[in-house]
Amino acid sequence: MTRTVLVTGVRGHIGARVAAALAGDPKIDRVIGVDTEPPPPARGRDGGQDGPVLGRAEFVRVALRGPDLARVIRDADVDTVVHLSLVSGSGRGDRRAGGTGGGRPAMKEHNVIGTMQLLAACQRSATVRRVVVRSTTAVYGSSPHAPAVFTEDSEPVEVAHHGYARDATEVETYVRGFARRRPDVTTTTLRFANLMGPGVDSPLTRYFSQPVLPTVLGFDPRLQFVHEDDAVEALCRTAGTDHPGVFNVAGDGVLLLSQCARRTGRPVVPLPSPAFRLVGGLARGARLVDFSPEQLTLMSHGRAVDTARLTAELGWRPKYGTAAAFDDFLRSRGGPGHLPLAAVDWLAGLVTKR
Amino acid sequence: MNDFQDRRAAGNGHAAGPGSGDDSGERLAELFAFLRRRITGDYEVDEFGFDPELNDRVLLEALRPLYRHWFRTETLGLENVPADAGALIVANHSGTLPVDALMLQVAVNDELGRPLRLLGAHLVYQLPVLGHLARKSGHTLACPEDADRLLRRGEVVGVFPEGFKGIGKPFSERYRLQRFGRGGFVASAIRAGVPIVPCAIVGAEEIYPKIGDVPSLARLLGLPYLPITPLFPWLGPLGLVPLPSKWLIEFGEPVRTDSYDPEEADDPAVVFDLTDHVRETMQRRLDALRLRRGAAFPPI
Repeated sequence: MTRTVLVTGVRGHIGARVAAALAGDPKIDRVIGVDTEPPPPARGRDGGQDGPVLGRAEFVRVALRGPDLARVIRDADVDTVVHLSLVSGSGRGDRRAGGTGGGRPAMKEHNVIGTMQLLAACQRSATVRRVVVRSTTAVYGSSPHAPAVFTEDSEPVEVAHHGYARDATEVETYVRGFARRRPDVTTTTLRFANLMGPGVDSPLTRYFSQPVLPTVLGFDPRLQFVHEDDAVEALCRTAGTDHPGVFNVAGDGVLLLSQCARRTGRPVVPLPSPAFRLVGGLARGARLVDFSPEQLTLMSHGRAVDTARLTAELGWRPKYGTAAAFDDFLRSRGGPGHLPLAAVDWLAGLVTKR
Repeated sequence: MNDFQDRRAAGNGHAAGPGSGDDSGERLAELFAFLRRRITGDYEVDEFGFDPELNDRVLLEALRPLYRHWFRTETLGLENVPADAGALIVANHSGTLPVDALMLQVAVNDELGRPLRLLGAHLVYQLPVLGHLARKSGHTLACPEDADRLLRRGEVVGVFPEGFKGIGKPFSERYRLQRFGRGGFVASAIRAGVPIVPCAIVGAEEIYPKIGDVPSLARLLGLPYLPITPLFPWLGPLGLVPLPSKWLIEFGEPVRTDSYDPEEADDPAVVFDLTDHVRETMQRRLDALRLRRGAAFPPI
């Protein structure tokens, strides 16, 4: 049934991996990966092979917000569209991660206008039967007044005013509109928790790679991660068969920020929230980390989502729990430095030997 | 903050381990294993942020002397709380500061061996430190989503339906149950089909007798009330020491909700009827328990 799949956002790590994985599926005849630039050469664990990053998938250089995309969909008789080009950052540091490199207006244009153009092209197409859209659990926001665990039906307590979360919320609005106008097309929206893994380059992975971790004094948010392998698997599964609806995708369990920091073995510097904002802004100005306001609220109030609907629908659950995904990320970034641990072990040895 | 707690745990461990020989060696080894887990982040926290190890070994440990020696708390009717199924404990709220919630938590944790998942006010979760300590201790925000989720998981959930009306009432109204809001707790129990365990707490009313209030200043600080007690604010921080009243906590006979259809959780008539029934039961038990206790401050 499935023959030709179009994957957007293949310059990003996940986009490239999904395109390559789908291209390796014998049930799929042809995979076309589109983006404004080809993906960078492979790195990380699955790199090193001399083949191209996209595997058998073809790359077509096309901007989502232009008219060329509709032509690609028409000419290739695309029947499944996997839309992964939502980007979370606009800074220079995000270029590698599939960012636009043109600041916030370009990011918004890319995310929202790009999605509108893509959905318009899908709506006009007579061949498209399935649309899978990557979204984020950031659409739920992060608030002390929200329920502890969000389900797909939860309304955000506060509507997102900033960057990524707002873009994702708007993208989802357009996807819902599209699903209404084309009820014959299966529309799947996957809301991913923060991606984690050896190849992931996101504001959060960059945060955890710093030598010192600033935190918000008096707050210890719950964080939830999804491993990149599981994200790719979830996208391939929903691209392969019909699973209409909205689904949260996250690893089982949560980690507190304090727990993550202890696992990294790096020192933590709790800052009062205005100071945290200031440091975040400075780091952002210096292009060290790109910490947007919604990441600041995440660092205060955290977020956890329920994934029962995904498990029931796909009969599959992410292989990595939140903690396992984080540990896998840490392993890839070199062993953690555990000075306090060494001190405890030394003390334990000293005391118990006697 | 956590490192501080870890050190405090270490301190407790040392204080509690005066024994000699193998016993103290084992304890030390166990303590170091605990410290090691804490430092490497190798422990589990549930989706609400509940950290059982920290709760049992540090947070509750700090409350136990208060429970045992200061308030000399006694519990009754423990058999009325299910041993391994979901239940909703509904208790009266009093005492100006929510010490009764903490003592109820110690009672359920230590006497029944089950963690108590309390539903707390929005105010708690707005505050730094307190909000996150509450989560680590197993509490969460009082909202239908969280209550339903916990009850479906088969947890023992605790709720104080009087809210600020109960805890902030003047001393002259002690042991008079206040209004029970919309009865959201009853709806949650019906949806989950779990029993409601009415709980009476006697003793908390006397710890900070609220004889006055400064509403204008409270409004300014964004607090529901600013109490004046015989000791606060006159003695400054010393005024925060709770008076050593004698405490009794009684778990009453469970009110079953599994005879209702889950749909009936939306029927206001059913919900209000059941709310009134629970409230009357609690008031009756409260009066009886107060008589049974006698003087709040028995001569030593």
